[in-house]
Amino acid sequence: MLEIRNLHAKVGDKVILRGVNLSINDGEIHALMGTNGAGKSTLSNVIVGNPAYEVTEGSIMFNGRDLLAMKTEERAHAGIFMSFQSPVEIPGVSMTNFMRAAVNARREALGKEPLKSTEFLKLMRERRKLVGMDSRLVNRSVNEGFSGGERKRNEIFQMAMLEPTFCILDETDSGLDVDALRIVAEGFNKLRTAETSALVITHYQRLLDYIRPDFVHVLIDGRIVKTGAAELAQKIEDNGFDWIKEELAWEANSNI
Amino acid sequence: MGSEQQYIELYREAANVIRAKSCGVMNAVRDEAFETFQQVGFPSKKVERYKYTDVDAAFAPNYGISLAPLTVKPSLYLFNIKDAPVDVTPYYHKLADTSDAITALNTALVHDALLVYVPKNTRVADPIVVDNWLRGSAATMVNRRVLVVMGQGSDATMIMNDHAADGVPFLSTQVMEVFCQDGSSLDLYEVEETTPLCNRFSNVYVEVGRDCSVKHNGLTLFNGRTRNQCDVRLTGEHSEVTLNGCAIGGGDQFIDNNTLIDHQVPNCQSSELYKYVVDDHAVGAFAGKILVRKEAQGTVSQETNANLCASPDARMFSQPMLEIYADDVKCAHGSTVGVMDEAALFYMCQRGIPEAEARSLLKNAFMGQVIEQIKHEPLRQRLFVKVEKRFRGELEKCDDCRLCKS
Repeated sequence: MLEIRNLHAKVGDKVILRGVNLSINDGEIHALMGTNGAGKSTLSNVIVGNPAYEVTEGSIMFNGRDLLAMKTEERAHAGIFMSFQSPVEIPGVSMTNFMRAAVNARREALGKEPLKSTEFLKLMRERRKLVGMDSRLVNRSVNEGFSGGERKRNEIFQMAMLEPTFCILDETDSGLDVDALRIVAEGFNKLRTAETSALVITHYQRLLDYIRPDFVHVLIDGRIVKTGAAELAQKIEDNGFDWIKEELAWEANSNI
Repeated sequence: MGSEQQYIELYREAANVIRAKSCGVMNAVRDEAFETFQQVGFPSKKVERYKYTDVDAAFAPNYGISLAPLTVKPSLYLFNIKDAPVDVTPYYHKLADTSDAITALNTALVHDALLVYVPKNTRVADPIVVDNWLRGSAATMVNRRVLVVMGQGSDATMIMNDHAADGVPFLSTQVMEVFCQDGSSLDLYEVEETTPLCNRFSNVYVEVGRDCSVKHNGLTLFNGRTRNQCDVRLTGEHSEVTLNGCAIGGGDQFIDNNTLIDHQVPNCQSSELYKYVVDDHAVGAFAGKILVRKEAQGTVSQETNANLCASPDARMFSQPMLEIYADDVKCAHGSTVGVMDEAALFYMCQRGIPEAEARSLLKNAFMGQVIEQIKHEPLRQRLFVKVEKRFRGELEKCDDCRLCKS
């Protein structure tokens, strides 16, 4: 599904990614962990096409298409979705109008007719219930006056509406209490199909208790330096990153 | 400078024809207004209230003057001034200020006038609607005069829609005098939806008595070069005035709104909200002065001008002004000029909304605040749709224009 090769990227003059390689197949869940500033959010922003980030080298293929040549919205139409770490407020744009524009833009890109108003509202109702979102929230402006937990749940609601094939959860667990975390994670699990893949960025094991990863990657200093099974996340939770850094230093020394 | 000359010559040649087509009350002030115009000439950009508008450039081309009679469909409250149900001498040209060259020129050249007369204690349920179509086979100058008299305790909503057809340049001047007598309530909307070939110069003068509620909404949806001036004098206590504006500019459009609210008496309230979205190479200007005189104790006033510059080449000038001579007042003013919220744009694009549509949704959201305040519900709903279409670039296609359809 997703094939990242030797990806280098920068923000302004600051080089963040220094050669990331990552392959994600259909149906796989990959967790991405790493120290603050290691480049986790940069990687997810580059995948979705945030214009603030510049790719200087490398490639990303998505289902055989050159992702880096595609506009942000085209990537979304192709099935990529990011649950934002800090979703923005958009005062004056109602959730309904926002979702209608998003759902119909994707349908149009896929050569489908736009949803009729009644069908659309029915879909909104169904998906809202699926992720347990309050009906009052969907009548408001996008994220306006939403609490941190409500915003995260709104991200999962939007995911439910758009039915992506590849999801990035960028620190979806940050700022959530235990109950909210469980609800959001359960919402995500309900939406998963055998084909859905995900990249889950987190600092904690807690989220991975609900969304069990097939692989865990460790990103340090702009590179993926270690990959392991689900247990690696627990080891990082218990011991931090220093032991990985020590391993790296030992390898670097032994190479000399 | 120098474009006055052709209007001076025009007046000398056509004054007799204009007179013959006009009526006594209008002719009585004509020569004096012309004299004033000759003396003051068009304001240069050095004149404070005209510093953003190039008047000379707008008046320089050669326009043929339209002397077509004003046709008014018979209605209870709407008249040609020649058929006025009351003596209009106490009102006509009593608020208009000829030290303003546009007003002086309008007074000299205008041959017909529209009168809105709402008698004492009359509540008009349906809005009084004036649909004006600029038409001509060549570049045309149109001078419009409107007199609104709201009798004591009367209540009305008035909507003036301005359109243009025929794809020729127009130069229109308007002078509107509005008398709101004690206890009256007026909701006045002016909606401009013309073409990039139109030049509009409008001066509105409002006098407000006591216990009145007056709202003026100026909406520039599509235009060429527009300057709207609105001067409000509060002359009776416990009155409330709202001036709102929505200005949308794209291409090379120009929109200048200039307002004055003059608090002459105590215990009145005024509020202003003007919002602009300027895109492409459009230029917007807003200057609003709230004057609180020494006698006007207990004044409450709020003035807000918020602007969105949607492209790097669009420009916005904003000048909110408070001049306060009384000491027991509560007044505030503020102005903001912002650019498109990039984070919001990215968020929307990530959800698959194409960038152009995301931009139009954000502009629409920004302008929504002004449209929401429109009291007359059918108009509010219609304008929500119009503004949305405007931002999608669909308004200039003129899809509900009767002239294009027929």
